[in-house]
Order: sequence, then structure tokens, then C-alpha cells
Amino acid sequence: MFAISLRRALCSLWGAAILLGAGNSFADYPLNLTPGATDTSHKVYDLHMMIFIICVVVCLGVFAVLIYSIFTHRKSKGAVPASFHESTTVEIIWTTIPFLILVGMAVPATTTLLALEDTRDPDMSIQITGYQWKWKYDYLDEDISFFSALATPRDQIEGKAEKGENYLLEVDNPIVVPINKKIRFLVTSNDVIHSWWVPALGWKQDAIPGFINDAWTELKEPGLYRGKCAELCGKDHGFMPVVLIAKTEEDYRAWVNEQKGAAAADAAAADKTWGMDDLMARGESVYQTNCQACHQPTGDGLPAAGFPALKGSPVATGPVAGHLDIVLHGGKKNPAMAAFGKQLNDVDLAAVITYERNAFGNDTGDVVQPSDVAAAR
Amino acid sequence: MSTATTHDDHHDHRPSGIMRWITTTNHKDIGTLYLWFSFTMLLIGGAMAMVIRAELFQPGLQIVDPQFFNTMTTMHGLIMVFGAIMPGMVGLANWQIPLMIGAPDMALPRMNNWSFWILPFAGTMLISTLFMEGGGPAFGWTFYAPLSTTFAPASTDFFIFAVHMLGFSSIMGAINIIATVLNMRAPGMTLMRMPLFVWTWFITAFLLIAVMPVLAGAVTMMLTDRNFGTSFFDAAGGGDPVLFQHVFWFFGHPEVYIMILPAFGVISEIIPTFARKKLFGYSSMVYATASIAFLSFIVYAHHMFTTGMPVAGELYFMYATVMIAVPTAVKVFNWTATMWRGSMTFETPMLWAIAFVFLFSIGGFTGLMMGIAPADMQYHDTYFIVAHFHYVLVTGALFAIIAAAYYWLPKWTGHMVDERLGKIHFWWSVISVNVLFFPQHFLGLAGMPRRIPDYSLQFADWNMISSLGGFAFGLAQVFFVFIVIKTIRGGEKASGQVWEGAHGLEWTVPSPAPYHTFETAPEVK
Repeated sequence: MFAISLRRALCSLWGAAILLGAGNSFADYPLNLTPGATDTSHKVYDLHMMIFIICVVVCLGVFAVLIYSIFTHRKSKGAVPASFHESTTVEIIWTTIPFLILVGMAVPATTTLLALEDTRDPDMSIQITGYQWKWKYDYLDEDISFFSALATPRDQIEGKAEKGENYLLEVDNPIVVPINKKIRFLVTSNDVIHSWWVPALGWKQDAIPGFINDAWTELKEPGLYRGKCAELCGKDHGFMPVVLIAKTEEDYRAWVNEQKGAAAADAAAADKTWGMDDLMARGESVYQTNCQACHQPTGDGLPAAGFPALKGSPVATGPVAGHLDIVLHGGKKNPAMAAFGKQLNDVDLAAVITYERNAFGNDTGDVVQPSDVAAAR
Repeated sequence: MSTATTHDDHHDHRPSGIMRWITTTNHKDIGTLYLWFSFTMLLIGGAMAMVIRAELFQPGLQIVDPQFFNTMTTMHGLIMVFGAIMPGMVGLANWQIPLMIGAPDMALPRMNNWSFWILPFAGTMLISTLFMEGGGPAFGWTFYAPLSTTFAPASTDFFIFAVHMLGFSSIMGAINIIATVLNMRAPGMTLMRMPLFVWTWFITAFLLIAVMPVLAGAVTMMLTDRNFGTSFFDAAGGGDPVLFQHVFWFFGHPEVYIMILPAFGVISEIIPTFARKKLFGYSSMVYATASIAFLSFIVYAHHMFTTGMPVAGELYFMYATVMIAVPTAVKVFNWTATMWRGSMTFETPMLWAIAFVFLFSIGGFTGLMMGIAPADMQYHDTYFIVAHFHYVLVTGALFAIIAAAYYWLPKWTGHMVDERLGKIHFWWSVISVNVLFFPQHFLGLAGMPRRIPDYSLQFADWNMISSLGGFAFGLAQVFFVFIVIKTIRGGEKASGQVWEGAHGLEWTVPSPAPYHTFETAPEVK
């Protein structure tokens, strides 16, 4: 395994050297910024390439002079030091030239920035809220709202299973948007600062608690785009990807209707009485998405890092009311324990609490029903 | 070193053994203490970098858990900035400024002792957080609220206290340098005749006094937010998390120039020596340094382009930021012109100085690219910025400190450095550091965020290459410890002049420099 990946790494180093030398397409190797999928991202990419090329040209120019000097003006070749050490004219020239180059860069940078920041007159708005460590999407015009969390199985992360093609780049519920619509994103956070970033859109936007920042995009082609949280947001910062799917207007409408149907089904599910097995099955998947990052798949937690165990814990094996309270309203002493009452519906909460009270050898035999959760809210 | 100097001044009544170092007010002793402290911190911070690179060697979680990984990136940054680079530069200042301006010692020797001896305690307190319940600080060296306030481990209060102590130390050191430069120059050493290293440190000292209190303010607000119910940075209490970033970067941006300006000074000493030609554009170098220092105060929010600043703010900070490229370019051009038609030799210090000019330039150019706000929307918080600031701080500031050590070690120890070993160290470091950091440009552009313990598969190859470079570079610095100790213990005797082309007062005293120098002020013509 190690030898193979090492060989692969060395191959790509060699490959990159050849590609750079030959000036070929960079497509096969991750070397450069993506041109992206929108007009804005193309503008950003073009700007990036322009300043990159200017920098390379100036840099190589200076390096050429330095290298020539290093090989020519050396004592071993009998060079005698010149005595010049001042020239106001030269100083003025090489102050002015960089300044003019900068002005040349600033002009396209300004127009690109103004286009990037122009969030006026959107066709629709989606609110993005960062949570530790998942995203919530609220479709403000459609009354659709859902969480989007990492879907990569734990075993792949821990090396117990082969890593899939989209390792750490896959989520349970992707954000879906229509093409040819100017979409405004309203970005905020529920806890710490996150940053919502899909490179193909050409920008990232910080999600800051107490602020609502905006950004926009307009995709032309249906497609699937992947991104990540870009601002350090705590333990699982590396594990909260973004998946964005762009659909045609028709497909998008179908998706919207499907979402609304699912919401209605959830509401109906909350009214019935659930059996232990169904709750445990559903609870396990809710636990994997929302709880196991801190409390661990085994329920042992990470006590050294301040994340307590659930296995045999006073909360998970004590009175149901106390357990409901901390899950619904969050930890009073420990802000790392979020208030899940605002994030999950009654069925999911009932399922996960039932799961926690009966998994990991807790075996309390307690069954918590959605109606119990509703009563405790 | 101490055995060599005792012969020269047997009239000096100083305590021996450990008490000599604890009670010393001698600028050379204190300089030595600073440099050893810096070296120790470099190795500790470097060990943490090895943990980071080992975890990133392959995708998946192999060695550490994500929380501890975040602690490592945080502590690595803090230790390298506050423990290795800044004290390293202060150590050079302590040794060299009095020698270069013909002063018998620093102006405030007792405060000098105090400002050093705060450091080991601050450093120990900072590192001790690793062993506390809940773990050490895990919010990045920029410690953005509310991750560092409401959501931080209990050990954060110790981190805050450590930062306060480091700040006190820096402010005292800076006051001392300003007092020394203004009051202790030998007759004839006018300001515009001062060596450039002294000039750059003099300007840096003003930056330190201006911004360290701002950092102290930021951590004090954190402290009261965490413990006394205030809400400076808590939106739920009417506060503002972005305020933290404004305050932090008002400190943080000048801070990066605090680390690089003395490096400019070192390079401006070394290149003329080995080119055997006077520094080109001395006065423009002084003005460029002052311009960079001034600009550093008014560009800070370019670290915050993605926080939702108004467009007018983004435009202003973009324009102001790219302006810094002008004085920086002037410096690089001046070094180039100094080398041009010189008569160069390539002893170890010169090699490091030349590597500095090349590699710092790369870091400067990527800095310019990130100053362009719309492009920064993509670069921000990726490995592109990681590559940028490591080119500036490792192949910039750290290379300058290493160059300075090779340049002045003969003056400090009385022994020439083994050139063969120095050159091995140089080539080993300069190759491995590029294998380490150059691929990180690609990773960043391809979309790898910084501060993540695990990554998706398209980043695997470059991360492995970067890690291999990292291990090699780390090992090279252990080799440097060996070279330094070997030089202290023996080697070819150094003359007072040391380097053929060297000019300046420090080369007029014997090597090793006697314990007391310039008790009678030299005359500078």
C-alpha cells in the first residue's frame, strides 16, 4: 500500500515536471485553480491567470539577472567590484514600473470584484447556516429546509475500508439549485465561523454567527459540484463537505415537490407510536450523522478532548427527562454540545435518544416516542 | 564561549555557573540566551510540524485525532512565531546592535535581562496546555472568536496569560532597542550611517510597541468574554465576532513585518560583504523599510476579504495591499544591483542570503496575488496561503536567521564554521524546503483547505511529496544543531575581520568578541 502510493507520488512529481516543461494541459494533475462553472468563476480564473503570468514573467526576469550575475560577477572569475552604489534615476524607474504594473492589475481586479459582489435582483434565495459540523439549507421561497452532512463511512476514514472515489466529498443531502437563475445565498452560522466554498462557483463566503453575508451564482449547465468548509471550525472542520447539484428548471421543480412530500411524511411519522426496532435502526443513522463525531461510534467519547462518553454515562442511563433536556437544549456547561431541538425533528430525536439509551451496552430498555419529545420541547 | 572570554576580562566580577546566566545584564550573554531559546523553540515547533506532516502523509486518520491535529497546527504556529522567529531576531539584535553602533551594551541592561527571562516561563506555560484536561488550544494561531472563546478548552486561559507575558517581553525588548539606537551610538555614527540591520530593527521596534498592546487588548477581551460575562465577540450578547478579526489583524499584519524587516536587515549586511561592493541604494533601503512599516498598519483587512466586508472596504484594502509590492520590489532590486558587477564569493552565509532573495521573492509574488481581492476569494484559507507564508517566514525570516548565524558565529565563538558542513546543511535545506512547500501551491489552487487532518484523494500525491520534503527539512535543522555546537567547541581560529569584504564596527573587535566591547566609544568617520 505504502510502496504503491509512494510510487504514484513520485510518478506525479515526474509527470508535473514534464507537463510544466512542455506547457501541456494540466488537466490530469491538480496543479491549478479550476476555471469553474459560472461567468464569475471564469472571470476570477482569468484574473488569476493574468496576475500569475505577470508575476512569473517579472520573477523570471529578476531571477535571470541574479543568475547571470551569480555566474559572471564572481571573484573566482577575476571579477573586480564596481564602485557604483547609488542612482536616484534608477530608483525612480524601478519604483515607477512596479507601480504601473500594479495599476494594470487593479483595473480588471476592480471590475471582477464589483461583478462578484453584485447580489442585487436575485431570482431566488437560499439561506446557508453553518453548524459544527454540517450545513443547513433553507429555501426561503419554497419552505424547504434540511441539513447536509458528511456521508463518507467512518470505516473509510479510519482505514478499515477502501476509500471511495469521492472520499470526504460526499454528503447525505446535497443542495439542489436550478440553472439559469440568479441565486442569492444568505450565509450565516449557528455556532462558530465556517466558510462555504464550492471552487467551481469562484468564491467562498464566511458563515459568521450574528451576521448574514450574501453571495450569488448563476449556473449555466446541469452538473454536480463539490466543495468544503474553508474556515477552521473545530474538531471536524475537515469533515464538512458541500455538494451542490444544478438541475434544469423542470428537474428542479420535481425535486422541490419530492422534498415537500418527504416533509409531509415526516410530519405523519411523528404522530404514530414507534416500535423499539424501528427506533433503534433510525436512531443509529441519526447518531452516525449527528453524534458520533464527538461521542464516537463506540459511545466512548474523547474525554481527553472534552467530549464525554455515552457508554454508561449518568445522562444516557439516568432519567429520560434529563437526557431529553440536554439533547434538546444543549449542554449548559459545555457549548460543544449543541441544542439539537432546533436541528432535528421529533422522530429523529426520539430515535436517537432511544438508540443512545440502548446501544453501547447501556441497555436501559427505555423507548422514547416522538410524542415524548414534543412534550419536552 | 565563556572559557574563551574569561581570559580577556579577569577583572570582571560576574557569578559563575547558572547564576551567571540568570543574573546577567551583558548584551552578549542575553543575546546568546535568546538565540538558544529560539533554537529550542524551533525544534519543538518543528517536532509539531513533523506530527502534522506525518498525519497528512496519506489520506485517512492514522496517527492523531482531529482535535489534537488542530492543537498541533495551533501550537506550531504560536511557537514558531512567538518562540522561534521573534526571539531569534531579538537575539541577533542584542548581540549585534551594540557591536554595530559602537555601544558598550544595551541602554537598559537590567530590563534586557527581565525581558529575556519572561520568555521561558511564557513558553513553558504555553506548552503546558498540551497536558491539561480538554487539551491545548485548538483554534489556529489566529485564534478567531468564537471558536477561541465560547467553544474553546479550559486551557485557553493559560494561553491568554502566556500571550500577555510574551507581549511584555517584546515591548520591553523594543523599548530597549529604541533607547539604545537613539542614545548609545558612537560619535560620528549618524542615523543615516547606521548599518541597515540596525535601521530595520529600529523601525521594527516601533512596530512592536505600536501593535503588541493591541494583541494584549484582543486577548484581554477574550479573557473577560470567557470568564466575566462580557460579550465583546459574542453576537448573542450584542458583540461582534468580526471585531475580533479586525483587532487581531491590526496586530497581526504588522506582526509579519516585525518578523521580516530584521531579516531584510541581515540580508542587506551579508550581500555587500560577499559581493565586496557597497549596498546599492542605502537611503532608498531605509525609506523602503519605513514605507513597508507604515503601509503595514493600513492594509490589515486583506486577511478578511471573505468575511463580508463592504465592496468599498475590499477595494481600499486591495489597492493599499498591492502597494506594498513597490517598496518590497525596490529592496529586491537593490540587492540585485548590489550583486551586479560585484566580486562574489559564496561562503555559507552568502548562499543562505541568495536563497533568501530568490525564495522570499516567490513568497512576495504569491502575497501580491492574494492581495487581489477577487482572486483571494479562491486562494483564501487554502494551502496556497500556507505555501505563501511559509515561503515568507521559513525561506524568508528563518533563512535570514540561519544566514545571520553563519555570518556572525565566527565573531561570537572565535571559530570559523566548517564550510563543508555549512554547505551540506544549505543544499540539504534549500532542496528539501522546496519539496516541502512548493507542492502546497498546487494543493491550494486545486482546492485543499488549510487546517484539515484528512483530505480527499486528489490531494494525496502532493501531500506525500510535501511530507517527505518536510521530514528531510526537519532533519536538516537537527544537523544545524550539530554544526553550531561543533563551531562553539572548536574549529579554525577566526580573525577579527573574519570575512574579507566585511565592513562595520563589529569586525574591528577581536573574535570572539570580548565580554565587554567599546568601553571607550570608537570614532566613526
